[in-house]
Amino acid sequence: MNNIPSKKRYLNDLILVGAIALIVAIAFAVFALTMREGKSVTVSVDGKIKHTYSLSDEVDKTIEVEGGSNHLVIKGGKAYIESATCPDKICANHRPISKDGETIVCLPNRVVVAVSGD
Amino acid sequence: MTKRTHMVTFLGLATACAIIFSYVEMLLPPIWQAVPGVKVGLANVVVIYLLYKVSFKSAFAVSMVRIFIMSLLFGNVMILSYSIAGAVLSLSVMALLKKTGLFSTMGVSIAGGVMHNVGQILMAIIWLGTKEIGYYLIILAVTGTLAGIAVGIAAALLLKYTKKLKFNA
Repeated sequence: MNNIPSKKRYLNDLILVGAIALIVAIAFAVFALTMREGKSVTVSVDGKIKHTYSLSDEVDKTIEVEGGSNHLVIKGGKAYIESATCPDKICANHRPISKDGETIVCLPNRVVVAVSGD
Repeated sequence: MTKRTHMVTFLGLATACAIIFSYVEMLLPPIWQAVPGVKVGLANVVVIYLLYKVSFKSAFAVSMVRIFIMSLLFGNVMILSYSIAGAVLSLSVMALLKKTGLFSTMGVSIAGGVMHNVGQILMAIIWLGTKEIGYYLIILAVTGTLAGIAVGIAAALLLKYTKKLKFNA
């Protein structure tokens, strides 16, 4: 494009952003409204489920992976990661999860802690 | 200088530029501490510039070389796969949108930013086997749009002020 885009192009840009926002809003509404309390917690490493617990269990376990570990705690109906060896600690700073579908992911260690409804 | 030499030199410079932008971005502190992985994607200024100024093939080539070198120097296989997934999806969509002629550089860049994140999340779902990671897309759609706006404006300005540069690709 060699000229300053016409107003029509900018309008299309706005429509594009609007479409993205709409999709995001719908996804957010669907996801927020269908959240139910979870029942069990699965821990997977590298995509394979390694442990399953109930949300009502009391768990205090260190998940060992190649080159690191994540310290998982399940207490009071919520699951969270107390500490981890990964460089970014997103998993450790995540707030405790308890709803079906919620997850705490540690990308460097390839660990996923997920709450499910059954 | 032949057209070909001109092209080769220019793309070489463009690749070096993209690598430097990527490296500088790596050195800067995280823009958002809540989600450390969020980036502006400065190197894409070069990619989008090439898409408009030269050709899709050159943009794709420079993008891939940049990714390979950065992943080789500073990353690993996983990072390489995430970057490739993001870049391929983003560039394909941007090329398609550009072809329709319906959007400005900024609009194309916004789509590129969002699709880049979509590509990375898809790769994460493949690596980790859980679809729940898709929930991150809600935030990533916003950051992708904002990054797209910034990169799009930069690329558009660059295009505007280098009109004298011509390529008969």
